[in-house]
Amino acid sequence: MADRIFSGLLFSCALLVVSSLLWVLSDVVLQGAVHFNWQFLFAAPSNAGRDGGIGPILVSTLWLLLIALTVALPLGLGVAIWLSEFAQSNSRLASSTGISLDILAGVPSIVYGLFGNAFFSIYLGLGFSLLSGGLTLACMILPVFVRTCEVGLRAVTDDWRRGALALGMTRSAAIWHILLPAARPAIVAGLILSIGRATAETAALLFTSGYVDRMPGSLLDSGRALAVHIYDLSMNITGGDGAAYASALVLVTLIIALNTLAQGLVDSWFKQRLKIA
Amino acid sequence: MLSNSNRIDRRLNGLLLSMVCVTALLLALIVLFLLSEAWPFFANREPDGTWLQLFYRQNWYPLEGQFGMAPMILSSLAVTAGAVSLALPLGLGSAIFLQFYAPPRSAQGFRLLLNVLAGIPSVVFGLWGLTRLVPLITSWQPPGASLLAAIIVLALMILPTIALTSASSLASVPKEMLTGSMALGLRRNTQILHVILPAARAGINSGVLLATARALGETLAVLMVAGNVVQFPSGLFEPVRVLTANIALEMAYAMGDHRASLFASGLLLTLLVWLLSWFAHRVNQVNNREIRGG
Repeated sequence: MADRIFSGLLFSCALLVVSSLLWVLSDVVLQGAVHFNWQFLFAAPSNAGRDGGIGPILVSTLWLLLIALTVALPLGLGVAIWLSEFAQSNSRLASSTGISLDILAGVPSIVYGLFGNAFFSIYLGLGFSLLSGGLTLACMILPVFVRTCEVGLRAVTDDWRRGALALGMTRSAAIWHILLPAARPAIVAGLILSIGRATAETAALLFTSGYVDRMPGSLLDSGRALAVHIYDLSMNITGGDGAAYASALVLVTLIIALNTLAQGLVDSWFKQRLKIA
Repeated sequence: MLSNSNRIDRRLNGLLLSMVCVTALLLALIVLFLLSEAWPFFANREPDGTWLQLFYRQNWYPLEGQFGMAPMILSSLAVTAGAVSLALPLGLGSAIFLQFYAPPRSAQGFRLLLNVLAGIPSVVFGLWGLTRLVPLITSWQPPGASLLAAIIVLALMILPTIALTSASSLASVPKEMLTGSMALGLRRNTQILHVILPAARAGINSGVLLATARALGETLAVLMVAGNVVQFPSGLFEPVRVLTANIALEMAYAMGDHRASLFASGLLLTLLVWLLSWFAHRVNQVNNREIRGG
């Protein structure tokens, strides 16, 4: 009897969760599809975003993402390699870097926005621009990316490192030819996580990359990200809901595509590792 | 360390070390800038101790020099606590269902749905809350944009995270525990509640912590549905304003002490998140000791 009540309770839990999540998802897809057409992807917004499309906004979003990744990827990969391959286990620098990365991973994104506004926009004089927005995003995704890469590198079995040493390879060669390829799926997964986080971000961009919805002429121009566009349309523009849902559909599709990619890569990584073992 | 160290290796080490230093510097810079921007607020009020009004005064009229954040701090905590206490039982329940009860095919579909929704941007949840949930609540208990709306939207947002991390920590419980409890003739619900759940506690805790930090730090989704009136959260249908939303709403025109007070509230938020993770870390430590000792 108690067993039956318990499983009934669990079943209704799951049912409630599935139905409410499906409600959100179906609303976004259905409402978005009503307003969506291919023109919408390329046209410039008009009438404060109620009509027209999201062409310049998509371009700004991609620029922000590109700047953030160009800065965060090499830096993050370098730090991850040092932490897992070069740092001695009792190194003060390594442990304090690790701790501050963990702390920064939990900092709310609006606080990154405050920092970006004070440092990039005002102190460095970049103003409200794609550059200061992208750099703020880079700071935000750096901790996550470093940690994912580091875990991937550490998961490579030590036999491979010893094997490389036995073959007389230098450390640099071992890292480049053996460890990085072996950790590649984790690196790609970290990359895609970062892309997802940066693409979905709104709060950190409000006061760094700004609101301007024109096509950006240079990296020092202000540009509106897709997530900021959705926020603006739904909060400040009456009658902008249709366009907001269509933009949400585009954003969600973009992120789902990237997430599926990450999932597939992680799965195939585990399969590969099982084969080796 | 470097048994066959040569010039290239030493150069690479130097290059990477400089990258680590840049990163560490960047991290220090973030804290430094937040502190230095918030500093005028504290410095101007330090002598007479009025900066403490941040925590206990309830009047937020920054242009008139009244900086009471107590209602917003309490609202932040209320929204977060409400969302977590709504999402935790539902998420945990669906994780158990997913792991032990669901037929494989529907478990796969469920997992896919959770993965998809874990990746949906918070602003989309905010949009949905604003156009679907708020009108629904308005028709029942106006004004609609309220503590309740914020709690529901946030709970939906963190549900996938809680369910997925709980499911994966349930899956990592050693099979021997399950077979052992079956061999003892325990009922299914006893097995799950008294054997599997305690063993998976650490993983579930860290997932819940992650979700709590996300709820506390969330800005836009809450801003869009909570109504943003500065007042103590006195009822579920009252509009409230949380700390993050306050920063987003006022940063655009804040100057001088007002701006500094917003940075101070950013520091406060960061501090809350850090306290939370420290607390969870300690809880896990105590749990581990208990498990080892008992």
